[in-house]
Order: sequence, then C-alpha cells, then structure tokens
Amino acid sequence: MGIEFDKINNGIILDVLREIGNIGAGNAATSLATMINKKIDMKVPVVKLLDFDEVPELLGGPENVVCGIFFKFEGDINGSIMFVLDQPSAINLVDLLMPRDNSEFDEFTTSALKEIGNILAGSYIASLSGLTNLQIKISVPALAIDMAGAILSVPAIHFGQMSDNVLIIQNEFIETLEAKSVDGYFFLIPDMDSYEVLLGSLGVTL
Amino acid sequence: MSTMIKVGMADLKVVEFPDALTTLGLGSCVGICLYDASSKVTGMAHIMLPSSKAIRKNENVAKFADTAIVELIQQMEAKGAKKSRISAKIAGGAQMFSFTSANETMKIGERNAEAVRIILKEMGIPLKSDETGGNFGRTIEFFSENGKLIIKTAGKGIKEI
Repeated sequence: MGIEFDKINNGIILDVLREIGNIGAGNAATSLATMINKKIDMKVPVVKLLDFDEVPELLGGPENVVCGIFFKFEGDINGSIMFVLDQPSAINLVDLLMPRDNSEFDEFTTSALKEIGNILAGSYIASLSGLTNLQIKISVPALAIDMAGAILSVPAIHFGQMSDNVLIIQNEFIETLEAKSVDGYFFLIPDMDSYEVLLGSLGVTL
Repeated sequence: MSTMIKVGMADLKVVEFPDALTTLGLGSCVGICLYDASSKVTGMAHIMLPSSKAIRKNENVAKFADTAIVELIQQMEAKGAKKSRISAKIAGGAQMFSFTSANETMKIGERNAEAVRIILKEMGIPLKSDETGGNFGRTIEFFSENGKLIIKTAGKGIKEI
C-alpha cells in the first residue's frame, strides 16, 4: 500500500509537485486579489523536502506562536491541506481584507482568517481538481493558534509515516500598493495511497 | 552548571546529573520522560507515531513509541540506570485541529499517548504522572536533579507534574 516517499525525492516528481503548488497558490492569490480588489504579487513558490526539525524554523522556531488553518479533502483523492502563517502575516492578511483601526489578534481576526483560509484553500483545491480531472471536495476549516512545533506536528506526523522529511510549498503574497507582505505556507498532504492517483492523473508513474 | 539539552522531533537523548532535557512545541507527538531516581540518569524521547510495525520506513527508532522506549532504556542502562528503578512521566498527544467527525488519522495524538501507556505497562515501567490530550501545544523540561517535569503552553500557563 502507498508509495516509498523517497521516490518523490527525484527531479521529475518534485517538479510536478512544484507545478501543482504553483498553479494552486496562483489561483489562491487570484482569489485573494479579487476578494480585496487589490493587486497581489506572488513570488515563485518554493517546494522543498525538509527534515522534521527544519520545518518549525521556517516559522520562527518551534515555540513561536503561529496560525494554522486546516482542511480535509475527499473524493478521488483523500488527504488534508493546511495553510500556516505567522502572526504578523495573519494580521496583515485580515487588514488587507478589512482595514480597521486597531490591528490586534482578536476573535474577529480568527473568524476572518477562517473565511480567508477557506477561500484560499478552496481555490487551491479547485485548481488541483481542474488540473487533474479528479473530483475533490473540501471540508469546513479548523483553526489553531499555537506553537509552530505543535501545529506543524500535524503534517510532520503524516509525512512521518513514509519518510523522515516533510514536503512544503512556501508562498509569499505581496499587496503592492501598501507593500503589506503575507508569507504563507501551504502543506498539501495527500493520504499515502492517494499519491499514485494524484501523480497518475498527471501522467507520472511511480 | 546544568545544561539544558534539546531533544528534536523523532529524537531521543539521555543525560546525567546535573543536566536537563527539553523538547519544544509538542503537538500530537508525545514526550516520554524516563528517570532513575537513584542514579539520576534521565532520558527523553519525542515520538511521532505509535508503532514501527506497520511502517515500512522505520530505521529511526526514536520516531515510534515501541522502539523509542526500548532504545531509551538501553541507553540509560549503559549510563548506569537500572530498569527496575526507572519510572515515567509523559506529556503531549494533543489533537491540534478538531472536527466533529474526527477520523482515525485525526486522533493520532490520542493513539500515540495510548500506545505509550500500553508499552510502559508491558515493560513494567510505572507511569508516575501524565498530561496528555487537549487541543494545545506543550514545551516540556525534565530535570535530572529530581525528576521534575515542567510543562509550558502558549496562553494556558505553566504546570509541574
């Protein structure tokens, strides 16, 4: 059952996953721009395989408090997708959507983040579905604000079942007018037996 | 001077008095802390998964509850601990994201903590105290001086068990 995850660590498959990340995040950025009616620039996504201990370092270390928005998806492929961002990025993102006087991390922020996460992950998955011709349905969001190590243990454990690495897709969005930068990380986490279907739908055999 | 030694994810370490062990930001993983009060040999493992048996890629013994506990006890014995004197404290095993219809993979924290309890029992290691479950992360510090375990959270205070 499933695949040897190490097989992913080769050029072609990593390229395919990078392209999935690129298109998915590109669509997410477009949705974000439409939603806030502002121009959004997106840097080329970075796709990497990292050691378990390297992952929390991306987000300021394992004890740094970050925001994770988590979704499950099911259909022709099953798995989960998580969007993680640090607190300044989370506040910037909400400010872009709804300019307000006091930018603090309150209940309003978390509820707005769930909604934004929903739109970002929804368009990510929709583009993945369009690209692969696979039927994929996404769940409602679950949000957690906690230590980076704890939040990232969720994808780490999942990848841990097949590897000693975690596959991450890093996306940076920049709202050009006010130069508010939002640094976000998508973790696309297909179930082990869904990798074959996912890559197979794009003509890649493992 | 006592040094605080870091244990990473899927990692384990053994220290002697006066050093201490810490692991940062435990989520669904479980921190297993073993202590021999008479030799003060102290061990900690940060495990990610309940069992190495169902997983093909299982060379990293510190990743799994079953293999990590065995390895930890061996390394502690090599430093002068006696298995019959070792006791345990555990923390972690949270469920970071909750869904109403949580399936098996979502409950990995609970399954990790349960596996650790069963294995400790099978090996005859008494579990002195534990702090598992919930939906929040934990940083833990374990002291060779007295076997104290300090648990820190983001916004939920500090606790000693």
